[in-house]
Amino acid sequence: MAASWPSRPTRHCSAERRYAGGVNRPRLAVARAVIGAVAAGVAVTTILSGCAVNELAVTSNSKLSGTIFGDGASSQRAAQDAWIAAFQIAHPRATVEYDPVGSGSGRDAFQAGAIDFTGSDRPFTIEELASGTFASCRSGSPIIELPAYVSPIAIVFHLDGIDRLNLDATTIARIFNGQVQRWDDPEIADQNPGVTLPSILISAVHRSDDSGVTENFTQYLHEAAPNEWSWEPAGTWPIPGGEAAQGTAGVATAVANGHGTIGYVDGSQARGRPSVAVKVEDGYVPYSSAAAAAVVDASPLETGRTAGDLVIAIDRKGAGSGTYPVVLVSYLIGCEHYADPVQGKLVREYFDWIVSDTAQKTAEESAGSAPLPPAFAAQARAVVAGIR
Amino acid sequence: MPDTAAPARAKPRLRPGDRVFSGSALAAGTLILAILAGVAAFLIIESVPVVTTDPKDINILDGQPFWSYVAPLVFGTLWSSAIALLMAVPVSIGIALFISHYAPRRLAQGLGYIIDLLAAVPSVVFGLWGGNVLAPAIQPLYSWLTEHLGWIPLFAGPASGTGRTILTASIVLAVMVLPIITALCREVFLQTPVLHEEAALALGATRWEMIRTAVLPFGRPGIISASMLGLGRALGETMAVAMVLSSSGGITLALLTSSNPGTIAANIALRFAEAFGTNINLLIATGLILFAITLVVNMIARWIIGRRREFSGAN
Repeated sequence: MAASWPSRPTRHCSAERRYAGGVNRPRLAVARAVIGAVAAGVAVTTILSGCAVNELAVTSNSKLSGTIFGDGASSQRAAQDAWIAAFQIAHPRATVEYDPVGSGSGRDAFQAGAIDFTGSDRPFTIEELASGTFASCRSGSPIIELPAYVSPIAIVFHLDGIDRLNLDATTIARIFNGQVQRWDDPEIADQNPGVTLPSILISAVHRSDDSGVTENFTQYLHEAAPNEWSWEPAGTWPIPGGEAAQGTAGVATAVANGHGTIGYVDGSQARGRPSVAVKVEDGYVPYSSAAAAAVVDASPLETGRTAGDLVIAIDRKGAGSGTYPVVLVSYLIGCEHYADPVQGKLVREYFDWIVSDTAQKTAEESAGSAPLPPAFAAQARAVVAGIR
Repeated sequence: MPDTAAPARAKPRLRPGDRVFSGSALAAGTLILAILAGVAAFLIIESVPVVTTDPKDINILDGQPFWSYVAPLVFGTLWSSAIALLMAVPVSIGIALFISHYAPRRLAQGLGYIIDLLAAVPSVVFGLWGGNVLAPAIQPLYSWLTEHLGWIPLFAGPASGTGRTILTASIVLAVMVLPIITALCREVFLQTPVLHEEAALALGATRWEMIRTAVLPFGRPGIISASMLGLGRALGETMAVAMVLSSSGGITLALLTSSNPGTIAANIALRFAEAFGTNINLLIATGLILFAITLVVNMIARWIIGRRREFSGAN
């Protein structure tokens, strides 16, 4: 991070140097060396901790200062890291901390008022909003939810000599629920004329950990193929048995190293790997951040919510040709009116930065996410401007 | 005639060094008990909400009772460790005997160092190796076994397409516990009284007969305690199992399929990152079960060693 700072900061905070005095007998030389090393360590730590980013004299005229905390989805980690780094360069006296503890923990902590904002792989449901209270917000203030992080979920596979397959939602669901067991099943073959499919067993790999990718993938299956996939969307895989691997990287390597494997991974992990083109209306669409942005663009907002509650009802059955419906939509959640206006100002500035074109571009580069479509971004900016 | 009675001596003077040493030794001894008690208290206190909360309110349980959730994990933990031990103990004894009784002195020393080096490899590295190298390499063997020996329940099909099965995890665990067991066995075998060995040889025993009649009986309690230490590591191993094992199923004896029972430690690692509310208590409660299992395993080991006291190095 230090290398990306615009100008070399001058340290104006001093650290008291300590010496371990009084130990000078020769046979204690080793002990003295150890104590000296510890003392030096203490001194270095003091310099580092005493000079956090916001205390360095960086040449920036931003007056914004303070600290905001956010816990939430680990899917947003890479994007949040990039956003925070750039935000703190622009506002050297402000500090943003994001702890990727998971969506559920983040929502709980936000309701309890322990944090100022949260990132979540699903929005609060309307029932949760009606019954829940939010301790960080001024009483009576609604919360705002912004689809700040949209990422395609790629369905990757490994079959010798095949680098693209066409599948519809029903077949994908039947592969992952175990009803289609072999690669040369007519259901797959019919959609892929000209492709020689091997007669081997399908190993469908799913996530063994609790994950927003699983939640969004099962939501896709549940909505696009309800007859084959009756399980409710959940962060943990609903079916007992089957091949499981840890994390997006674990699934990606298990698929790449296996024989006849198929799995779902975050788009950022799928570059250069054979992946499934998903049937949407009459065509088959391969995953891409542009196609993922298109489905967000083509989907309506969920009704029955407040004006600042921008929850997208992703049309996973097909929002028009060229859209890719298997997407992870992760929300940025905060209050419209904070109990503490100082925090409100800081959150407004930070959220305003996230929904800007530059920040969305940064996330696309660092995390492989899909930038917010312009119409949505404009709407989000209007909402953010109202944060107090 | 010299006076045989011991002269009445004054009580030895207690030097500061003695006081400091006995004090710090006592403190260290008490500390370990206090830490253990603290861990146990933490586990028990944090586990209480699991008993008092309705299982429907704990997301991970998904409505099923606690015991039916934890049973496959307990089984997976014991099963994978048992298989690992089954593979590691004979190999370890072989290596230890080779080092202590067969290998030329210089080779033995080098080999000893290499085995010890294995213990220094971090478990994440074993996890990466197991998942990315061992599993794909061994998968064709699994396919062959399920096809030709599938009638044996252990090798029931269908074979996993990635090779990330409980057998692979056990092999990785076996490699990980190998150095501990080997190092301890080697030390124990080296302690065999030379007189016993020479007596056996003098009676006309071959080297193998000497080992069987003198070294192995003498070393048995050592082998058992070494195995139990290895078992302790295998039971608690987290990262390697989480990275290698495809844990998704219930209790099954099949070694080569995709659906394997998970282990308690790996399950905690996999679920903890996204856990919240009572889910955390649930995971800690499974940790309490693991704590109890290791305690029981160690007590059994102590009991076995105690029963065979006559063979121990004390005589």
